[in-house]
Amino acid sequence: MEATVHATGHVAHRDDEGKRMGMWLFLFTEVLLFGGLFIVYAAYRFINPEDFHTGSQHLDWVIGAINTVILLTSSLTVALSISAIQSGNTKKAKILLYLTLAFALAFLVNKYFEWGGKIHHGLFPGMEEFKHLTHGESLFFVLYFFMTGLHGLHIIAGGIFIGFILYYINKGEVTSESYTLHENAGLYWHLVDVIWIYLFPLFYLII
Amino acid sequence: MESEKMATEITPKGYVNFFEESHGLKSWIFTHDHKRIALLYFYGVVGFFLMGVVLGLLMKFEMITPGETIMKPQTYNSLFTLHGVIMVFLFIIPAVPAIFGNFFLPILIGADDVAFPKLNLLSWYLYVIGGIMALSTLILGDGPPDTGWTFYAPYSVKTGTNVIMAVMAAFVLGFSSILTGLNFIVTMHRMRAPGMDWMKMPLFPWALYATSWVQVLATPIIGITLLMVVAERVLGVGFFDPSIGGDPVLYQHLFWIYSHPAVYIMILPAMGLISEMIPVFVKKSIFGYKAIVYSSLAIAFVGYFVWGHHMFTSGMSGQARVVFSILTFLVAIPSGVKVFNWVATMFKGSIDLQTPLLYCMAFIFLFMIGGFTGLVVGALSADVHVHDTYFVVAHFHYVMFGGTGFAFIGALHYWYPKMFGRMYNKKVANIGFGVLFTGFNILYFPMFILGIQGMPRRYYDYLPEYSTWHKVSTMGSWVVAIGLIIIIANLVKAYRKGEPATGNVWGGITLEWETKSPPPLLNFDKPPTVTHGPYDYSILNK
Repeated sequence: MEATVHATGHVAHRDDEGKRMGMWLFLFTEVLLFGGLFIVYAAYRFINPEDFHTGSQHLDWVIGAINTVILLTSSLTVALSISAIQSGNTKKAKILLYLTLAFALAFLVNKYFEWGGKIHHGLFPGMEEFKHLTHGESLFFVLYFFMTGLHGLHIIAGGIFIGFILYYINKGEVTSESYTLHENAGLYWHLVDVIWIYLFPLFYLII
Repeated sequence: MESEKMATEITPKGYVNFFEESHGLKSWIFTHDHKRIALLYFYGVVGFFLMGVVLGLLMKFEMITPGETIMKPQTYNSLFTLHGVIMVFLFIIPAVPAIFGNFFLPILIGADDVAFPKLNLLSWYLYVIGGIMALSTLILGDGPPDTGWTFYAPYSVKTGTNVIMAVMAAFVLGFSSILTGLNFIVTMHRMRAPGMDWMKMPLFPWALYATSWVQVLATPIIGITLLMVVAERVLGVGFFDPSIGGDPVLYQHLFWIYSHPAVYIMILPAMGLISEMIPVFVKKSIFGYKAIVYSSLAIAFVGYFVWGHHMFTSGMSGQARVVFSILTFLVAIPSGVKVFNWVATMFKGSIDLQTPLLYCMAFIFLFMIGGFTGLVVGALSADVHVHDTYFVVAHFHYVMFGGTGFAFIGALHYWYPKMFGRMYNKKVANIGFGVLFTGFNILYFPMFILGIQGMPRRYYDYLPEYSTWHKVSTMGSWVVAIGLIIIIANLVKAYRKGEPATGNVWGGITLEWETKSPPPLLNFDKPPTVTHGPYDYSILNK
């Protein structure tokens, strides 16, 4: 821990442990944000088990599986970039972060085509086809769009966070001496990944 | 102790306090100093509180006669909704943590600021934005919401009023609350002064610690729930509307999963204030320090599992109702532990009956009435009778206004000299207290009687047999208003003309009394080292 001493004898700390603790607390709030949605999902799936099964048939598990692999790999690259920055290999860390961003983009492109396909078939709230669905099926799709949409926003937020880390590495503020912010971005990215790991089976793999 | 001696003397010449450190608007709205942020909150919160009071007074005035007195039913619906939204989200939730927590938490644990000063400023901005959004419903859109502060579905997804804006306001305010809680937890874990182990931490920080966890772990649920209400209104999807497959009771579950813990966000810090003040005015160590610590944590913990008691009449299984009722009764135990501890602290102490102690005693008295009536509504059979009546309104106001509100005003009188460096007129303060206390009981006690008689809450009109107690209650609201005017006028006058306050006005031994009034920018001249427990008044004999 670094410390600078003021003229008055006050000590200004750089508290990495505190910053990490703050990030973990923030992640708890994110888990609970999605937790509320998982409660809603559980309640409506319990009431409409068959409709949720039918709804799930409309989703392509292959695309879901590809996205899962993409996100898992991006978690690996972000973790590797942290060990690269710790050992002072700035260039490698930056390449790995760019790779993570590329995976994030790939995920979103995939999602775009997936959503686009549903919307093309009129399976979006308010559209013609949607009105013919049973209550349970429409709840399935509403939850699908709401939860994957919110998750998509988190991917974008995580991407921006990583973009800032790249900026700070270039400015020399994230270094092998001071990398807590980088670690925190990694933690956030892992969380986004973990949430998807739950979303994938809950929507794509209902038998 | 050198620092103590110094602090009791009148401030030396050349001393620069945190007010004088820098000047101008920019030095305030971009400040990272926790004391200035606390004062920014203070002005905002008090402003919203006064708006809430005016709305409440208008409501009470409407109820002085049956039928229309000064407003139409729709206006009345909007008034009680805005009164609730303002008082809950803009006053009671941020009042104690964001003002006194921000100002005194770092000082009480001997730190120079909170862990994340920039995040702290961001919380204040979110608070202001949320407040403006809530008020904007008055002029923007199709009129202020008329759903009640609970935004119950399916009405909230069907009414034509500006629910989206109000709901988004609550969402933004929730964010502000989460960030404050997060900041406080890390501050207490990482920044306690040398020598202050957990069991030497004063009880107000302990109460904030328990509260902060509730803020962090409960608030996201309301956030997502409110987003679902917005999605339902914008996209016309059926999360909660039964006509398209949704379940309105599920909304109530989600709402109370946050909003019941939220009432502990409102009351726990206030209890911390009482624990902080009583030992100072009886010059005696607090009775059962550890019991108070653990009861705070227990209230925060058990408080998560009682939300169902708001829904005893909304359609839940018998088993669930019994379980929720039992758990609700359990919360009364740690609350009772605290009351016994406060009274036992005063027993055989050398009681110095200053204004803050008067508020503490009023708190205990009013909180007991509010607490015991809470058991009445927590009991299944009794609740079926009094649910959604004035009884519940009275219970809530006894706990929230009689509890948190009185603790807030009491703490303001306790710490005012420390925050502003000036002393108010104690005699006028005591008169203000007396008027407020009297008015409070005239205003709210009749509501218990009305509730038992069957007067439903949120009704614009009533049968003639209720009119006597409604009139009494309305007159009580005027007495409350007079009391508040006396209190505020006294404090405003003190700000301009009060006697300069010494560092240690009340003879307290917690850390805030070891520094000057108002404190310097970094709180202490020298970083403090803690050698005694927070309420160990035996050191005065040495």
